[in-house]
Amino acid sequence: MATVYVPRDSSAVSLGAERVAEAIRREAAQRGVELKLVRNGSRGLYWAEPMVEVSTVAGRVAYGPVQPQDVPGLFDAGFLEGKSHALSLGATEEILYLKNQERLTNARVGITDPVSLEDYLSHDGYRGLKNALAMQPADIVKEVTDSGLRGRGGAAFPTGIKWNTVLNAPSDQKYIVCNADEGDSGTFSDRMIMEGDPFVLIEGMTIAGLAVGATQGYIYLRVEYPNALTILNEAIAAAYRAGYLGQSLCGSGKSFDLEVRVGAGAYVCGEETALLESLEGKRGLVRFKPPLPAIVGLFGKPTIVNNVISLASVPIILDKGGTHYRDFGMGRSRGTLPIQLAGNIKRPGLIEKAFGVTLREILYDYGGGSASGRPIRAVQVGGPLGAFLPESQFDTPLDYEAFAALWAVLGHGGIVAFDDTVDMARMARYAMEFCAAESCGKCTPCRIGSTRGVEVMDRIIANREHDKNLLLLRDLCDTMLGGSLCALGGMTPYPVLSALNHFPEDFGAAKPEAA
Amino acid sequence: MTDSTTDSQQNVVRDITSRMANQPGALLPILHGIQDELGYVPPDAVPTIADALNLSRADVHGVISFYHYFRTTPPGKHTVYLCRAESCQSMGGVALEAHVKQRLGIDYHETTSDGVVSLEPMYCLGNCACSPALMVDKEVLGRVTAEGFDTLLKTLKEGA
Ligand SMILES: Cc1cc2nc3c(=O)[nH]c(=O)nc-3n(C[C@H](O)[C@H](O)[C@H](O)COP(=O)(O)O)c2cc1C
Ligand code: SF4
Ligand code: FES
Repeated sequence: MATVYVPRDSSAVSLGAERVAEAIRREAAQRGVELKLVRNGSRGLYWAEPMVEVSTVAGRVAYGPVQPQDVPGLFDAGFLEGKSHALSLGATEEILYLKNQERLTNARVGITDPVSLEDYLSHDGYRGLKNALAMQPADIVKEVTDSGLRGRGGAAFPTGIKWNTVLNAPSDQKYIVCNADEGDSGTFSDRMIMEGDPFVLIEGMTIAGLAVGATQGYIYLRVEYPNALTILNEAIAAAYRAGYLGQSLCGSGKSFDLEVRVGAGAYVCGEETALLESLEGKRGLVRFKPPLPAIVGLFGKPTIVNNVISLASVPIILDKGGTHYRDFGMGRSRGTLPIQLAGNIKRPGLIEKAFGVTLREILYDYGGGSASGRPIRAVQVGGPLGAFLPESQFDTPLDYEAFAALWAVLGHGGIVAFDDTVDMARMARYAMEFCAAESCGKCTPCRIGSTRGVEVMDRIIANREHDKNLLLLRDLCDTMLGGSLCALGGMTPYPVLSALNHFPEDFGAAKPEAA
Repeated sequence: MTDSTTDSQQNVVRDITSRMANQPGALLPILHGIQDELGYVPPDAVPTIADALNLSRADVHGVISFYHYFRTTPPGKHTVYLCRAESCQSMGGVALEAHVKQRLGIDYHETTSDGVVSLEPMYCLGNCACSPALMVDKEVLGRVTAEGFDTLLKTLKEGA
């Protein structure tokens, strides 16, 4: 009996995967063909979604993008035996977009049934936990430290150091909090893990619990991800049933409980202390630091707050060792980064690569240039607080330090491409508008500065008192940079000033070389 | 119509509140529970929640108003959440936004006069690889065109 895979990933579904799955079921029934339909995660080749795969003796073969009306033709062509069709993409693993990746964190995403524990176990799942259960807490932390893993949520803080602080903070109760707020536009790798391989996140959080002596975990999930909520809860229930969560993990006598909590549409709640306030049932106001959440975190107790990707990278580190992970990457950026390529791009998707690949390789070798066919004029890397980079910076390697040197950030690894129809003054205005809409209101530079910023941008766009307003804009940005309590106010100047500095002509100012 | 909720709504509020009040950090789960059930958090629910959690009404109100997602008025039969963020902008999101508003005849945070559609902005749906994107109730759509939106709207109106 043939096995057919149709993703249940939100983006695949947003392009019709649900209707494709239904059409395949119907067509098979009509033809009296028996087949097993698996709803997998997405391989991340979103230009080919809905992508249908069939397992054959020679491995899995792919077809895409498939629409319901293509289904009878696929049956006629013999797709169940992997035969050729106009939508054939060939052997899945040989598709260059996928083949040239280095998938560690996303090793199983798109391959397995995300809520089948059996599938997870037969694809190397829970091997990291098995090892961790036999180790001393300090040794688990050491393995993570040795891996060189830095937080993938944006700030790139070394994960092992954070864990060590929590390990050494004495307390009757500690918590593991997963930051699944994924508020950055242009990013979706957290969602892909949660929808495509939720057990790897559950396993990572369980290992974190063992490492620092925490028995309760929370996943703070943004409300914009209802499909991820369903899948996470299915997987958590399966893990409980099989003894991978709860009172005695795999019969070890050690316990770990896990629950998903849903946010309510506030971007600032991705900031770790605002997130903790929100989990406690309060308004998401940013806390003053110190104390660090590692010392005084959720409900006043020592707490690890880590991004989804950080935690989901832990199982492979505990399975294959910190050195294996550290062998990927460049400089102080170790391991791999799940890069999310989006915006005006021909082949958008998830590209997990070792650090060091250049922006240009991602944009052209993988992305195939812009979707519109026009030149790519600017890319924004690292979400709404990330800088815009012009074409002259496309040879920059993806590396935290290389980006910092350009006054840019890698952040959560999202890349959004814009073609030459983009108006960078409008993008700068939008950055200010976003900050004004999402400010938690605690400090003046952010709360008032961003509102003033929108007004100033409006005057610049209307070409009123031009030079005076450009000065005012720089002034405002300085105040926000220096005087904000968190990175929402503190980094909004990144997109604003990078737009102004690299694309002055859009602000009605002379290009530096022409001046 | 008045702001006061019906008895059955009050029962829902009491039921959800008492069922969830004992967990740590119960307020957001309670508000979600109520909004999932009723479509919004009726202002009359505030005293019930405040009593159960030993908070002031101002505290509860402050939390409801802080979060964009919680609403205090009934939504239309369906809610369209339109992505306003950068990736969607790069793929024609601004023009789509204008089209959607024009077709619905409303702005953000409003409901069409026939009560079928409420429109809310969202800042990224994690569907940036399929921009521009929107979500109808809990269903995400990608690579949305003006015609695609018109077809969707027709389905929503016919189902209403
Ligand atoms: C305004 C703001 C929004 C943030 N949003 C997120 C987010 O959505 N997801 C995330 O993991 N980190 C986010 N962060 C970073 C967190 O504060 C924190 O650094 C992170 O959760 C730590 O986990 P990591 O070390 O694993 O990256 C945000 C920070 C700020 C200032
Ligand atoms: S910078 Fe903005 S979001 Fe951050 S604490 Fe200040 S007011 Fe709140
Ligand atoms: S920017 Fe629109 S879905 Fe992410």
